[in-house]
Amino acid sequence: MAKFEEGLRYSESHEYIRVEGEYGYIGISDYAQHALGNVVYVDMPEVDDEVTAGEEFGAVESVKAASDLISPVSGTVVEVNEALEDTPELLNEDAFANWIIKVQLSDPSELDNLMDAKTYATFCEE
Amino acid sequence: MEKKTCLYDRHVALGALMSPFGGFIMPIQYSNITDEHNAVRQHCGVFDVSHMGEVRITGPDAEKYVQHIFTNDVAGAPVGQIYYGMMLYPNGGTVDDLLVYKMGENDFFLVINAANIDKDVAWMKEHTTGFDIKLDHQSDFYGQLAVQGPEAEKVVEEVLGIPCSELKFYTAKVVGDIIISRTGYTGEDGFEIYGSHEFTQKSWDKLIESGRCKPCGLGCRDTLRFEVGLPLYGDELSADISPVMAGLSMFCKLDKEEFIGKEALVEQKANGVAQKLVGIELADKAIPRHGYAVLNTEGEVVGEVTTGYHCLSVDKSVCMALVKTEFAKLDTPLAVQIRKKVFEGKVVKKKFYDKHYHK
Repeated sequence: MAKFEEGLRYSESHEYIRVEGEYGYIGISDYAQHALGNVVYVDMPEVDDEVTAGEEFGAVESVKAASDLISPVSGTVVEVNEALEDTPELLNEDAFANWIIKVQLSDPSELDNLMDAKTYATFCEE
Repeated sequence: MEKKTCLYDRHVALGALMSPFGGFIMPIQYSNITDEHNAVRQHCGVFDVSHMGEVRITGPDAEKYVQHIFTNDVAGAPVGQIYYGMMLYPNGGTVDDLLVYKMGENDFFLVINAANIDKDVAWMKEHTTGFDIKLDHQSDFYGQLAVQGPEAEKVVEEVLGIPCSELKFYTAKVVGDIIISRTGYTGEDGFEIYGSHEFTQKSWDKLIESGRCKPCGLGCRDTLRFEVGLPLYGDELSADISPVMAGLSMFCKLDKEEFIGKEALVEQKANGVAQKLVGIELADKAIPRHGYAVLNTEGEVVGEVTTGYHCLSVDKSVCMALVKTEFAKLDTPLAVQIRKKVFEGKVVKKKFYDKHYHK
């Protein structure tokens, strides 16, 4: 069964963001990694790239298909999780511990458009 | 509305991810593609391939007719011999690729792709004029299982009780009212078994209950066939892609008296083709997929990916692609546009993993 970690904000396209001060760690939910199956490649942006809420910033590839990564917030990429370059399967092992990008938020009010864990869990069941 | 095979309820009960393929609702995976892929490479897997189509050609002109519509040469073949080849349009484009089983004198069993069944049967019927044959479309009667992997022979003999060790690669025999052949679409040793729906259901149950054979979906069927360079109609062959372009000339016997499309192939062999199918290996792990653009070192589009994967058996991102012939030589630097980025690579042989047939 998929896990829904408390304290994170979730998007309808199955990304999460863990907010720490003015920064946010963005990854894919445990539900998403289950649905994808074995992740074999993560296409990530570069540090200093701008991301925009609701727009694609990369992709996660399973054996069969590529799924776009949609940013839940707007901001500037300050770090990418380089471990995923060589070990993309970390997303299958623990999607919440293995964030994909760290972003400096440009508009924290965008977080209000996202779901909490309980609402997201209900969303996934539907 | 997609059709269901006779094993549909069993797939659902096993929790398979079901998806439309070739007009049927088919299992894509039961557990995950990687595990199923590895089961076939290392042990044994069973596929429901009942979606494949079957046509029986009999009558005094059966051999002459098969020779007319089929690129390979079945003349004087021993009973039980199987041939791979194509049916072509007069311009050399491919109607379908298929297996032809010689079941007896002037008695042939043709196995065609699910997605092409209606088109193929119509094509065959259109070309019967002047031939004294009976064309019997049997797709609705036959179920089909593919038991594949290095342990397939033992599993078929011990679990299904069908003796098959004496069958040579690409030969078939009739056992009761079933047909079994040493064929497959995985690059491993294995068998394909055609029987009634009832036989297919009972055999499937025995294989799954034995625990010696993993249920495998079409997801890993595609990764397995791709790695060993086997074409899929719709990707590497089509009405626009001739067997010469796809590098499959060895299955087109141009020394045969005639077959539909022969003149076009003779012309293509003599004058060359504008595009050829190649393998491309990328330096990075990003995955080239069907339809992505292939670029030369100047960044110009020179082709298109037909199938691509992160190749499971060799841990590399590779694809087959149809490219302009001038870029088809081994080691030519070519890149693939994957979303916004361009990934460098080079032309390699379009076989990424060696076949392990039992010959």
